[in-house]
Amino acid sequence: MQRVFILIAGMIFGIGLAVSGMINPAKVLSFLDLAGHWDATLLFVMGGGMLTAMLGYHFVLKRKAPLFADKFYLPTSKDIDLRLIGGSALFGIGWGVSGFCPGPAVASLAYGHWQSILFVVAMGAGALLAKSISLLTDA
Amino acid sequence: MGFTLFTPWAGLAGGILIGLSAVILMAGAGRIAGCSGIFRGLLTLDFSSEFVWRAIFIIGLIAGAAAAGPFAANAQNVEFVGTPGLVIGGVLVGFGTALAHGCTSGHGICGLARFSPRSLVAVITFMLAAIITVFITRHVIGA
Repeated sequence: MQRVFILIAGMIFGIGLAVSGMINPAKVLSFLDLAGHWDATLLFVMGGGMLTAMLGYHFVLKRKAPLFADKFYLPTSKDIDLRLIGGSALFGIGWGVSGFCPGPAVASLAYGHWQSILFVVAMGAGALLAKSISLLTDA
Repeated sequence: MGFTLFTPWAGLAGGILIGLSAVILMAGAGRIAGCSGIFRGLLTLDFSSEFVWRAIFIIGLIAGAAAAGPFAANAQNVEFVGTPGLVIGGVLVGFGTALAHGCTSGHGICGLARFSPRSLVAVITFMLAAIITVFITRHVIGA
């Protein structure tokens, strides 16, 4: 049953990305281009998503545990450090260069464009690079 | 790359669906709907339970986009940047979200919804970085 919930959650997320147009890098770049022909749609996507999650979490997280798991897996880190800020800045630069963030990039594989595949492969390489550097610095 | 139309209602509807997805995932499985972390968990290829739930979510994500694509006006005429931008952007997005432990969904939607100060700092940082980057690529270099 847990897996059914996860599959449905994934599908609704994918539908949301398609309906909102966030799956189109041109639309995301139009939002980020404040000095151009500005398309404010992304603001409505983030706002709608955040408020819905805020309301839902408010009730869900009052429970002792999820419906089909032993506990809530919530992030515990509170550190506002160079990793968080530097990593977010690099992510922002990559997002601004490409118009893609992870969710829409992966979801856009559905349409079979080679550009989506190339981006997702590059994104995997970047993640693995970060992992190998973390292993070196943490050792 | 052409300009796009402002579609507030489709944006709001899509955003509410994304938020609903995050609530369902938390209610059912106790997990944060953060796409960068879910994607990164697949790279282990170890077929553990941690791998499997992420794979199911990603399959749903792609299936949902495939199902809605033909009916969503906003999913037509998808336009991409050129090859260098896709490669450089992809590596930076993968690298940066791994360091920051989150992206537009994990920090942006879920983190802000949990009132996480870490996520607020992340969102402000990546938004500013992205806006400055687009200003430079479109109006300084591309001018």
